[in-house]
Amino acid sequence: MTTERTVAIGSGAAELATEDMVLNIGPQHPATHGVLRLRLTLDGERITEVEPIVGYMHRGAEKLFEVRDYRQILVLANRHDWLSAFANELGVVLAVERLLDIEVPVRAVWTRMLLAELNRVLNHLMFLGSYPIELGAITPIFYAFREREALQQVMEEATGGRMHYMFNRVGGLRDDLPAGWLDRVRRAVAEVRAGTAQIENLIRGNEIFHARTRGVGVLAASVAAQYGVSGPIARASGLDFDLRRDEPYLAYDELDVPVVTRTAGDCLARFECLLDQVGVSLNLAETCADRLAALPPGPISVRTPKNLKVPEGHTYAWTENPLGVNGYYLVSRGERTPWRLKLRSASFNNIQVAPDLMRGALVADMIAILGSMFFVVGDIDK
Amino acid sequence: MKTTAELIADDPLWLSIIKVVAIFAFGVVMTLFMIWLERRVVGRMQHRPGPNRVGPFGLLQSLADGLKLAFKEDIRPVVADKWVYFLAPIISAIPAFLAFSVIPFGPDVTMFGHHTALQLVDLPVGVLVILACSSLGVYGIVLSGWASGSPYPLLGSLRSAAQVISYEIAMGLSIVGVILRSHSLSTSDIVNAQEGGWYFWLLPVSFVVYAISMVGETNRAPFDLPEAESELVGGFHTEYSSLKFALFFLAEYVNMVVVSALATTLFLGGWRAPWPLSAIDGGVLNTGWWPILWFVGKTFFFLFVFVWLRGTLPRLRYDQFMRLGWKVLVPVSLVWIVLIAASNALWNTPGVTTGQRLIFFGVGIVVLLVFALLLPDKRVADDEEFVPVTGSGYPLPPLDLSVPKSPPRRRLPAAPEPAEREMEPAAVAAADKETGDGSL
Amino acid sequence: MLQAYVPLVLLFALAGAFALFSVAAAPYIGPRRYNKAKLDAYECGIEPSPQPIVGGGRMPVAYYLTAMLFILFDIEMVFLYPFAVSANALGMFGLVEIALFVATVGFAYAYVWRRGGLDWN
Repeated sequence: MTTERTVAIGSGAAELATEDMVLNIGPQHPATHGVLRLRLTLDGERITEVEPIVGYMHRGAEKLFEVRDYRQILVLANRHDWLSAFANELGVVLAVERLLDIEVPVRAVWTRMLLAELNRVLNHLMFLGSYPIELGAITPIFYAFREREALQQVMEEATGGRMHYMFNRVGGLRDDLPAGWLDRVRRAVAEVRAGTAQIENLIRGNEIFHARTRGVGVLAASVAAQYGVSGPIARASGLDFDLRRDEPYLAYDELDVPVVTRTAGDCLARFECLLDQVGVSLNLAETCADRLAALPPGPISVRTPKNLKVPEGHTYAWTENPLGVNGYYLVSRGERTPWRLKLRSASFNNIQVAPDLMRGALVADMIAILGSMFFVVGDIDK
Repeated sequence: MKTTAELIADDPLWLSIIKVVAIFAFGVVMTLFMIWLERRVVGRMQHRPGPNRVGPFGLLQSLADGLKLAFKEDIRPVVADKWVYFLAPIISAIPAFLAFSVIPFGPDVTMFGHHTALQLVDLPVGVLVILACSSLGVYGIVLSGWASGSPYPLLGSLRSAAQVISYEIAMGLSIVGVILRSHSLSTSDIVNAQEGGWYFWLLPVSFVVYAISMVGETNRAPFDLPEAESELVGGFHTEYSSLKFALFFLAEYVNMVVVSALATTLFLGGWRAPWPLSAIDGGVLNTGWWPILWFVGKTFFFLFVFVWLRGTLPRLRYDQFMRLGWKVLVPVSLVWIVLIAASNALWNTPGVTTGQRLIFFGVGIVVLLVFALLLPDKRVADDEEFVPVTGSGYPLPPLDLSVPKSPPRRRLPAAPEPAEREMEPAAVAAADKETGDGSL
Repeated sequence: MLQAYVPLVLLFALAGAFALFSVAAAPYIGPRRYNKAKLDAYECGIEPSPQPIVGGGRMPVAYYLTAMLFILFDIEMVFLYPFAVSANALGMFGLVEIALFVATVGFAYAYVWRRGGLDWN
């Protein structure tokens, strides 16, 4: 009697057979943060097939780059990942400055780093708030937004923008920093540090949160590498890769950048990476502020001609954006506009791996996984 | 001294009608108030004021929302099953109100010159009526999801069914514990039986099990899976609009009030005044109209906990909460019932010494331990060797792909003084420089 | 005896009338500007994919076995209520009886657990 009996399939098996259901998550769905669409095939609540359908927000950014001059490109580059606008601008100006062989003033370098780190915290706080919402905890996002507000105020004071800063210029920054601004940055950083501890208390040790995230959506390091996943998601899988340490731009080589990694590769690890990264970035921002305060007065930008023509050549600049590696491949033919500016956005590569993690999961897990991929739809669709 | 049932049986019809209207109004007003309270309390928890524009402190906000809903377009999807779609909100709303009928709001009072009890009916099967009503209400949710003919509500209704089969047993078993002490299913008898001590500390396990399952029963966070807005958009009521949607909302909040009122009745002494107050003047606060105050106060305590949970906890996955129901709450309740039955029987049997009782309980605990050892171990969740399989049909990059080593860094010569630098015209042509360098 | 239920019927009638009125009146109170997209089933803002479940198709219910067990346990639970009401009158006899009953139920329960009847996932 070792043979297994097949239960519940009788003569009317064909009639009793259940059918798969096709379910569209998105384009208008609360968990997609925009207009990502996932076409699921469901067996009950279990997902048998996932097909991400991207492009609902395609704005032709790369093509538009080719018909804009470099200052206008900054406006566009700013917008594909609207949560890390400053870091996006940075990639473009780094590429252009490299082709032009401009050395930016040292104060500009440190200010850029300071703002980039603050931008990183802003971005991470957004996801630290939105991820619990996807799991049903509605409170942390308000704490996250309170902290974001503190940072946005100092960002706004310096740059004039709360989301799309447009503070980078080829050759430096647009304006010098306001008087006394660095102290206010320090105060804001301290405030955010205390607030982040509250968010951590709210959600990190929660048992339901652990039950929903631990062991869910495990991404192996090898798979992450195959798909070109980068940023906190890759680091949560044990892929110890951070451009700020491994290929420093700006003056990151003068700083000791601790890279937050986990090995589990599940949703919890991804969330924890993000959470710990906030602390690291706040420390870095404070260090930058200290260095900036110690620097002698000097210019914040080199003067560039209004009609900026980049010499013929090509370069690739990549930066460690909050969500992962953001790269710009700039090909110039000596004109006012680039011949081609290829954008390698972090979310586009990161989201590719999501279907692999979702197959076989329940719908609820699918939401947990999707939320932990920390993507911005504009960054996927460009 | 008449019993409550006899008192109520003497009610003339007009008094019954007054009570019916009062209970109905209580349900509706509590709903309006609860929605306001929830939004305000959750607002405070989230550093924001909450609704504060309509009426004093925003109290009329939910009334305004209700009126607004009435003037919204009523949409029925073409794929929906017409009659079931129509009936589902009714099915979910009626039992919610009906459950109020057996809740004792207070003891004997004189109402319009008539001596009666503050309770609509006192049935010998009172508790069962409430259980039946709460089970029936779920049909509304299940049917609404099915009848909408659209995938999100369907998933919501399936989850709702799963919820029922996980928590009804635990809830029923926790109430058995109460009945073992009160020896009556009548709600007023249960309140009377708690004169000597409230059941929440006499029957702590029953209380905890009931408290958990009442949250599950009402589809509230962290068990709000049927409407999980971040997963199923609106869950079972995705396709409902206008007053039909309002009815679901009403039913949910009335159900919340009902289970809280039942929790008060079963475990917090119903309308009885809390201890220091109950001692005043020989218990004068336990007579007349005072008890309504205590009753509503205790009910609000539970309602506040509901709101508190919503503001604090994430949502469980539905296999996880089924596991909680079946593998934790059910066995705990079963063992607890046997324990109460045993202690009851031993204390009531003459001629059993304390030593014998202790021996009996010692044996019981040993049996329990053996039983606990027989249960299968919890599977280890974190398996270090676990390798996830990614089986997709898409072409994959080679498996032996390794992260490329970063190229050696080169530094440009030290920067000249920035002040000088600004004086210079910007360098424009530098074609012979290395361009692919990774650093500035 | 059944007279005790009359107020219950009154409450049922009132709640029923209210619910019925709300549902029936809704189409007449609100505006009526239908179009095809409004009357479609909601599927995140795109044309709904044809669903096999609408109109007699079957949907797999993974917790089917648990649902069957629920019915069994629910019935067993019902037996506990009469016992609980008259537990004192039954005394020691009742205790032994109920211990045997719960033991039987517990045995079946442990068996189901062991065989994985509760792990539908």
